[in-house]
Amino acid sequence: MQKLRGMGEERGERQAMTRQVYLDHAATTPLDERVLDAMLPYLRERFGNPSSLHRLGREAARALRRAREDVAQVLNCAPREVIFTSGGTESNNLALRGIAFAQRAAGRGAHIIVSAVEHKAVLDTARDLAERYGFDLTIVPVDSQGQVSVEAIAAAVREDTVLVSVMYANNEVGTIQPVADIGALCRERDIPFHTDAVQAAGYCSLDVKSLSVDALSISGHKIYGPKGVGLLYLRTGVPYWPQITGGGQEGGRRSGTEHVAGIVGLAHALTLAQEMRSTEIPRIRALRDLLIQRVLSLIPHVYLTGHPTERLPNHASFVVRGLEIQGVLMGLDLAGVAASSGSACTSAAQTPSHVLTAMGIPHTDAVGHLRLTLGRDTSEEDIIYTVDVLQTVVERLRTHVYQP
Amino acid sequence: MSRPTVVVAMSGGVDSSVAAALLVEQGYNVIGIMMRLWAEVRCGVASTNKCCTPEAVEEAQRVADLLGIPFYLLNVEQPFKTYVVDYFVEGYLQGITPNPCLECNRHIRLGVLYRHARALGADFLATGHYARVRRLPDGTYQLLKAIDTRKDQSYVLYMATQEHLAHLLFPVGEYTKEQVRAMARERGLPTASRAESQDLCFVYDGDYRRFLARWANGAIRPGPIVRRDGTVLGTHKGLPFYTIGQRKGLGIAHPEPLYVLAMDPKRNALVVGTREELGADEAQLIRVHWIAGHPPAEPIRVGVKIRYRAAEVPAWVTPTGPDTAHVRFERPLRDITPGQGAVFYDGEVCLGGGIIARAFLKHEEPAEEPTEHTV
Repeated sequence: MQKLRGMGEERGERQAMTRQVYLDHAATTPLDERVLDAMLPYLRERFGNPSSLHRLGREAARALRRAREDVAQVLNCAPREVIFTSGGTESNNLALRGIAFAQRAAGRGAHIIVSAVEHKAVLDTARDLAERYGFDLTIVPVDSQGQVSVEAIAAAVREDTVLVSVMYANNEVGTIQPVADIGALCRERDIPFHTDAVQAAGYCSLDVKSLSVDALSISGHKIYGPKGVGLLYLRTGVPYWPQITGGGQEGGRRSGTEHVAGIVGLAHALTLAQEMRSTEIPRIRALRDLLIQRVLSLIPHVYLTGHPTERLPNHASFVVRGLEIQGVLMGLDLAGVAASSGSACTSAAQTPSHVLTAMGIPHTDAVGHLRLTLGRDTSEEDIIYTVDVLQTVVERLRTHVYQP
Repeated sequence: MSRPTVVVAMSGGVDSSVAAALLVEQGYNVIGIMMRLWAEVRCGVASTNKCCTPEAVEEAQRVADLLGIPFYLLNVEQPFKTYVVDYFVEGYLQGITPNPCLECNRHIRLGVLYRHARALGADFLATGHYARVRRLPDGTYQLLKAIDTRKDQSYVLYMATQEHLAHLLFPVGEYTKEQVRAMARERGLPTASRAESQDLCFVYDGDYRRFLARWANGAIRPGPIVRRDGTVLGTHKGLPFYTIGQRKGLGIAHPEPLYVLAMDPKRNALVVGTREELGADEAQLIRVHWIAGHPPAEPIRVGVKIRYRAAEVPAWVTPTGPDTAHVRFERPLRDITPGQGAVFYDGEVCLGGGIIARAFLKHEEPAEEPTEHTV
C-alpha cells in the first residue's frame, strides 16, 4: 500500500465531528415517539380497512373517526369538514383544482388569485390551471419582507374571482401572512379562500372560524407526524369537485383506502403540537432570537430575510453575501449541522428562489440564502455550536473560493 | 494525529470510484463531490450534460454509499458556462479549435472544485486521472505520466501549479487500466469508464456543428477556399466544418489531391494545398505554463504532444516571455491546430504546456508578433 501523503502534516485540523445538529425542521421533522406509539397498533394488529364491516374494519373506522374528531377540535370545525390526504401537496392540489373547477362549472367565473411566495404545490397548480385549463391567474406581489397586503388582494379581486389562495407562513423566509384579514375580505366578497398552513401548523392558531378560511392544508411530517399523510379542511358549502375518484372514501371527496396509521399519527401530532404551543413558542423563539443575534453580530456581510417580527418562531433566514450557499451547506453538514436554502426541492438547481426574487432580493444575494429552522430538540448549545461552525465555514469559503 | 481529509471528484465511472475506494482503504477521511455542469438542454432537475447525467449521479451516489463517505453535488453551471462553453464558442468565432477539457481542468476542476475542497478543510483534492505527482527532495513537485502510459492523462493537467500539485492525489495513476478494472470488480464498483470519453460533454447529442450553429451562428460563414498564393478555388461551408489535414469533402475539382493546410480566420478563408505543402514544423504558444513555476533559462529539447491522443514529437521549445513560447518540431506535423494544447515532456515528467496560437507551414517565415489569438 502506498504511503499516505499528508498524514501528520500541519494541516488536517478537522477533528471527527460527532455532534449532530438538525436545523432543517421546515423541510421535515422527526417523528414524535408518542405519535409513533399511537400509530404502531394500526401498522400491526389493527390493520383493518375502515370500509369493512367486520371487527377489524370497525376498529379501523373507529380510529379514523376519533382522529377526525381530534383534528376538528383543533381546527374548530365539524369532523366531516376534514379530508385526509397524502400530504400537503395533495391537499393544495385538491383545494385549488377542486374548488376552481366546481366554481367555474357553477358559472361563477374563472379567475384565481395567489401570492407570489406560495409553495410550488400552490403556485404550479395555479399556473397549471391557467395554462392548461383556461383559468385566469393573478399572482399578487409581496413586499420586501415577503408579506402580502390585504389591500393588494382587494385590488386584485374581480367580479369573476372564484378562489384566493395565500399561504399562512412561508417555508423559505418564515414570514406569516395576514391570513385572518384576507379571510375576512374574501368572506365579505363571498370568494372561497384557501390557505396553505403546512409550515404554520406547528406554531399558529388553526381556528378556521376566527381565520375565516374556507380551505386549509396541513401536512403530517412538518409537525412531528409521519410523512405521506396530510389533511384538507374544506368548509361545508364550498363548491368542490372531487379530484380523486373511486371508492367514495372521505365523504366522496377523496377516494382511496385511508392510511389509518398515518391519519392516527397526524391527528395525534396535530393535537400535541397545538397543546405544546404555549410552552414551546416562547422557548424556541428565544433560541431563534439568540441564533439571529449571534449570526448577525459574528458573521460579516449577512442580513436577515423575511419579516423581523411576523415570522414563525422557529425560523431564521439569512442572506450570506458574496458567496453561493452550497459550499456553506456542505461545510455545515461535514461538521454535523443540517441546514438548507430555499425549499429543499429547488436546492439541486442553482436557480434563485422565486420567493426571494419576489421579495426583490437580487440574484447575487439570493444564491447566498441560508435557512436555519429550529425544533423541539434544539438546545442553546446547538445554537452556539452552529454559529461557531458557520463562522468558520463562511470565512474559509470567502478566503478560498470567493476572494482567491 | 488526525487523518488527512481528501475531496474526491467523482464521476460515477470506474477511475474516480476506484480512486475514492483506495483513499478510504488508505485511511483518508474522504468526501465525494460530483460537479453539476452546464447543460445545453435543461429538463427539470435532471441534467443532459454527459458528465453528470442522472444515471452518472446515481452511480456516484451508490459508490459513496458503498464506501460510507459523504457525497455532494457541487453546482458549477455558471462558471462552467463562462469559462468552458463560452470559451469554446468564442474560440470557434475566432477561427480556432478550442479544447474545452483543458479549460474545464484549468478553471473548474483545479479552480472552483479545488478551492471548494480547500474551503471545506480538505488537505487534498483527488481525481480519477491517470497521472502521478512526485515530491522532490527540495520540496518542489513534479507532474508525471501515469504508470499506464497508454492511459496517461497528464496532457490535460499541464496547467497544474506547484500549489495544486502539493494538494493533488491521483490514486489510479499508479496502476494500469486493467488493474483498476480488476480492483473495481473486486469491490463491486462500477467498471465502465465515464468522464474520459466525454469530450464536449455539454453538447447533448455530440453534434458540435449543430451546437455551433445554435450558439455561435456567426462562426459558420461560407468563405473562400484558397491556395497559399491566394488563388481562389471555391467556397467552403464554414471553417468549423473542416480540420487541418483533411482531404475529402472539400468539394473542389483539382488535378491533384488537395489538403486543408490552415484556417485563415481574418479572411475567413480555408487554405488548401498539395500533400507536399501539408505540414507545419513550428508553432507559437500562448498561455504557457511551466510546472516548475518558471520558464527554463534556455531553449530545451523535449517531447511535445499536440493533442491528447497524439504521439510525442521531439522539438525545441524556446520561451519567448513569461507565458509564451516558440516550438520547432524536428519533423513537420500534419495537424498542428490552433486552440489545442501543446504539452512538453522530459521522459516521464510533464514540464508544462501552452495553447497553440499559430502554426507555421513548412518554409513559412514565422511572424514576429507573438500572439494572434488572445482568447
